[in-house]
Amino acid sequence: MSWAGDISSLVDFFSTVLRLSTPIVFAALGGVLAERAGVFNVSLEGCILGGAFGAATGAYLLGTPVGGLVFGILFAFAIGCVLAGLAVGLGINQLVTRIAINILVLGLTSYLARLILGADATSTLPGFSPVEIPLLSSIPVIGPVLFNQDPLAYLMYLLVPLAYWFLYRTPWGLNVRAIGDYPVAADTVGVSVPGIRAVCVIASCVLGGLGGCYLVLCQVFVFTENMSAGKGWIALAAVILGRWNPALVFVACIFFAFSEALQLRLQFNNPDVPYQLFSMVPFVASFVALVAFAGRVRPPAAIGTKYVRGGK
Amino acid sequence: MTAQGLRLEKISKTFGDFKALDGVDMTVPQGTVHAILGENGAGKTTLMNILYGLYQPDGGRILIDGVPQRITSPRRAMELGIGMIHQHLMLVETLTVVENVVLGLLGQGMRLSLAEHARKLEALAKSFGFDIDPHQEVWKLPMGMRQRVEILKVLYRDANLIILDEPTSVLAPSEVEGFLEGLRRLRAAGKTIIFISHKLDEVAAVADRVTVLRRGAVSADLAVAGTPPSEMARMMVGRDVVLTTLEKVPSKSDEVLVRIRDLKARDNRGNQALKGVSFDIRAGEILGVAGVDGNGQAELAEALTGLRQAEDGTVELSGEDVSAASVYERRHRLGISFVPEDRHGTGLVLDLPVYQNAMIRDFREAPFSSGPMLRTASARKVAEDWVNRYDVRLQSVEQPIRFLSGGNQQKLIFAREVECRPRLLVIMQPCKGLDVGAIEAVHRTVLAERERGTAILYISTELEHILSVCDRVAVMCAGRITGIISPEEATSERIGALIGGLEEEKVA
Amino acid sequence: MLRAIQGIYMLRPVWAVLLSLLVGAGLIAIAGVNPGEAYAALFGGAFLDYYGLASTLAKMSPILLAGLAVIIPLRVGLLNIGAEGQIYMGGLFSSMAALLLPEMSPFVLVPLCVLAGAVGGGLWGLIPGYLKAYRGINEVIITILLNFIAINLVSYVAGGPMMQEGAPYPYSEEIREGLWLPYIMPQTDAHLGVVVGIALCVVAWFVFRFTTVGFGLGMIGKNPAAATYSGIRVRRNLVAVMYVAGAIGGLAGTFEVLGLKHRLYHLFSPGYGFDGIVVAFLAQLSPLMAPVAAFFLSGLKVGGLIMQRAVGLESTVVEAIQGLVIIFVAASLAFRFDRGNWRRFLERRRLLDTGLAGGITNNSGGKS
Repeated sequence: MSWAGDISSLVDFFSTVLRLSTPIVFAALGGVLAERAGVFNVSLEGCILGGAFGAATGAYLLGTPVGGLVFGILFAFAIGCVLAGLAVGLGINQLVTRIAINILVLGLTSYLARLILGADATSTLPGFSPVEIPLLSSIPVIGPVLFNQDPLAYLMYLLVPLAYWFLYRTPWGLNVRAIGDYPVAADTVGVSVPGIRAVCVIASCVLGGLGGCYLVLCQVFVFTENMSAGKGWIALAAVILGRWNPALVFVACIFFAFSEALQLRLQFNNPDVPYQLFSMVPFVASFVALVAFAGRVRPPAAIGTKYVRGGK
Repeated sequence: MTAQGLRLEKISKTFGDFKALDGVDMTVPQGTVHAILGENGAGKTTLMNILYGLYQPDGGRILIDGVPQRITSPRRAMELGIGMIHQHLMLVETLTVVENVVLGLLGQGMRLSLAEHARKLEALAKSFGFDIDPHQEVWKLPMGMRQRVEILKVLYRDANLIILDEPTSVLAPSEVEGFLEGLRRLRAAGKTIIFISHKLDEVAAVADRVTVLRRGAVSADLAVAGTPPSEMARMMVGRDVVLTTLEKVPSKSDEVLVRIRDLKARDNRGNQALKGVSFDIRAGEILGVAGVDGNGQAELAEALTGLRQAEDGTVELSGEDVSAASVYERRHRLGISFVPEDRHGTGLVLDLPVYQNAMIRDFREAPFSSGPMLRTASARKVAEDWVNRYDVRLQSVEQPIRFLSGGNQQKLIFAREVECRPRLLVIMQPCKGLDVGAIEAVHRTVLAERERGTAILYISTELEHILSVCDRVAVMCAGRITGIISPEEATSERIGALIGGLEEEKVA
Repeated sequence: MLRAIQGIYMLRPVWAVLLSLLVGAGLIAIAGVNPGEAYAALFGGAFLDYYGLASTLAKMSPILLAGLAVIIPLRVGLLNIGAEGQIYMGGLFSSMAALLLPEMSPFVLVPLCVLAGAVGGGLWGLIPGYLKAYRGINEVIITILLNFIAINLVSYVAGGPMMQEGAPYPYSEEIREGLWLPYIMPQTDAHLGVVVGIALCVVAWFVFRFTTVGFGLGMIGKNPAAATYSGIRVRRNLVAVMYVAGAIGGLAGTFEVLGLKHRLYHLFSPGYGFDGIVVAFLAQLSPLMAPVAAFFLSGLKVGGLIMQRAVGLESTVVEAIQGLVIIFVAASLAFRFDRGNWRRFLERRRLLDTGLAGGITNNSGGKS
């Protein structure tokens, strides 16, 4: 454990954890929202990718990270609308549409990225730079880790408690929880099941898209094909492990990010070993965690089912 | 006539080619309890769903306090002061009482002020003499309590007109009186109550007026006081109802075919649903199991047929301990047949054609297959034969069974479960949702099977049915058999006491 | 008329495909290329040219087998997103068998390699099958995670223990020629894999259509409670089905290695497992339609590359079109044919027509 040797390396490590966790947390919060409403959002992967593509396009065309953020959110919003229309509106099998969306977004972003970004695809895009929060950032260890981050990471700090507050402390959150468990009951008291589900799906996609924006605008500053690289799936695993509770889901995301940071360290410190052995680690960790903890967890009862009034 | 209250004029509703409601008129004055009586499929529930905005009528008018209204959605119904309590309780079990009450409430703003709502709710509950903990999660409450939560839910929304759809069907007899008392209190508070039921005694006990529906039309509208229940029954069914005890030849055999001892099992939630049940069934005997829904009957049937792992106890068939046998073994080698309660969910595969549903039980045996190969042609022939002999009405055996009526579906299930010549036949709620003709057909089949010497376990919540076909009646309450008696000694007081859990000496 | 509408309705996946090609034409036009020209190059190259057709058939082998690996579990209600990982594990196990087993007659060794590949893939199907059946863990997420693990595992093996010395990127030694699959078209890459794939499709169709096992599996897919009720051991069957599906996915990887690549490359499957999902939906879960769907899809991919050379258009557009195809097909399947509705609709039309022809609106005829 040489990497834990001194403070600066520790700070470095935990900053990495936080940076790696941010896109997953965004996507996982999206997953919580959708699944609480009874929609299994398998297309988080596509949403991250779509958000990343939108962010890259916006940043490239408008030359500012804010432009990138707006484009990224818009692109994810569009994906969300398509999904909501297909799954909630037409009532097509949720899993099918979501996997189709993933495939479509992968192809579409790759194609459009080459068309739009073209030869500039490898040049660095404008992004957000870290903003130090005075006073707080001077706390030893915690300060530089938590309070010397980019604006999107601060947004994440806000979103976790916000999501919790929304789900458990507002009437809308109550509607969402009811719909995910027993939609008929919600319908009979006048809560619109399709409406709320559609909103949740779209919001979920936008959150996933924010994760993609973060990747492009705060982390790597380029768009590459399939750059989501499984983060959407890890987010879904985090949703299950976190038992659909935003606070616990956040912890699960940190756990995954930790294993990712760990594998990067291992790669760095063991250049002789093929890196793929280590890049497996987060997936193995997700797998093991799921198998160990997931079996006894009860998901929202109506998840993945289409709601038809008066239907059987 | 007073304009206060509800008035329905010429309400009609058609589903496909089926006329569910045909020009229904009804007047319910403010502050009265109005019962709607009718058999299954008479259109009671459709009518109430129209009142609550879940369906739109094809014709007719709804007047509330004299003003014609279009009730376009449940939300609109609530705005008009209409609250509905469904037969299946519409509560989200993972949420607390107050959360359920507040769900969908308008004008809450951004904050969910549960504490404040809980206080108001408690005050409201007290004013009606209900005692309830607002922060309890619903799944922890007994059925009678949950129903109170439902009632509080509509009261909390200032409902003036409360519709109750077969509210007592989920209650234990001991809870019914308390429930009826609650209705009287609501009436005293000026609420208007529409109360759907097919239980005459409850109607007689609490209602002011009664509208009787038959096949979608009003067959009578009369004051309850002064109308004898038998008169109501006649109007409901359309002919004199005699509790027919079908011709029964006394049991021939004394051979005990089935011996159950101290059977224990848990339900899906892990609660002890069967707490040690023992009984015998002789060859050619029908043992009825009566009781309120959810007292372990489903678990008993499943434990017998192997669908549920018994925790403890033994099941013996002709002296052989079969407790460890698999479902397949029980069905094929041991000859246990099962007519499940849930036709659509368990007994049939709705998307498959009729003839394939006929082979669900024995598709691995002749004549449906030989070796690993299906014999489709011969399966069709068998199915056609059954369809003829059991009078299943359909267009073709190639038709998906989804399109058959409930009665015809049930006849096919019976054909399938009986034609294999079982030794033990377990039947669960076979007449649910069937019309009188189909019920009679079902009971004839059951009695023919008895004649053949099959041991039959007949589980039902319809006491009338049980008393008319069974040789002995076991009453279940809270996972135990509280008594086994013969139909002749089954007075309603005695059975009521047993259903309510007052155990008496076992007559094994 | 009713029959014609029903016919049109039955072909709705075809309409959906045509529609997605139309939208795809829009995407092509964005790039400033004539869509007609692009499609001509694409389909002409993929299906009408000897070498193009051979490439299509070579690509069809993994895509078809992956499709079957998705179709079979989906018919019992399990969504196998893990075909990709199963392909990798099949490739890994079979190439290990081919490279590490002692020399012996190809007639023994080739079947052994194929078997090893099937076992490898089967193992990767068994895990999610078991976890789903006995632990209730969502098979979608497990299969996806297993995909990533398998891909990295192959990369590790191809770049580490089994890497050819001096190779510029991770790949293994070449498998000796005696173990290669026979070719079905001379001087091309088209190998036996596609024939095996079609044969397995026919077998699957036969099993589902004519055997008691297939009947039982179909019942599990349509109503698991009824299946349990009829005495089928549902859990055990789910595990077995996932094992078989994984083994078929493993075969896809095996044939890719033994028939085409002849080495274990890292990242040797560019998402064939996901193409399998597309095939499954295009074929509407019919094993007999799967070869048609796989043929079309492989043609699209091969043709995309040919088109890129011919008209200079990015072949990634083909991936986008593929996504459109599956969405449109899925959407088209959501529309259910209701004979009664259509009959009533036609009836109303006829009444309206006669009414209009007579020039009088007959009020008493219409009932509100």
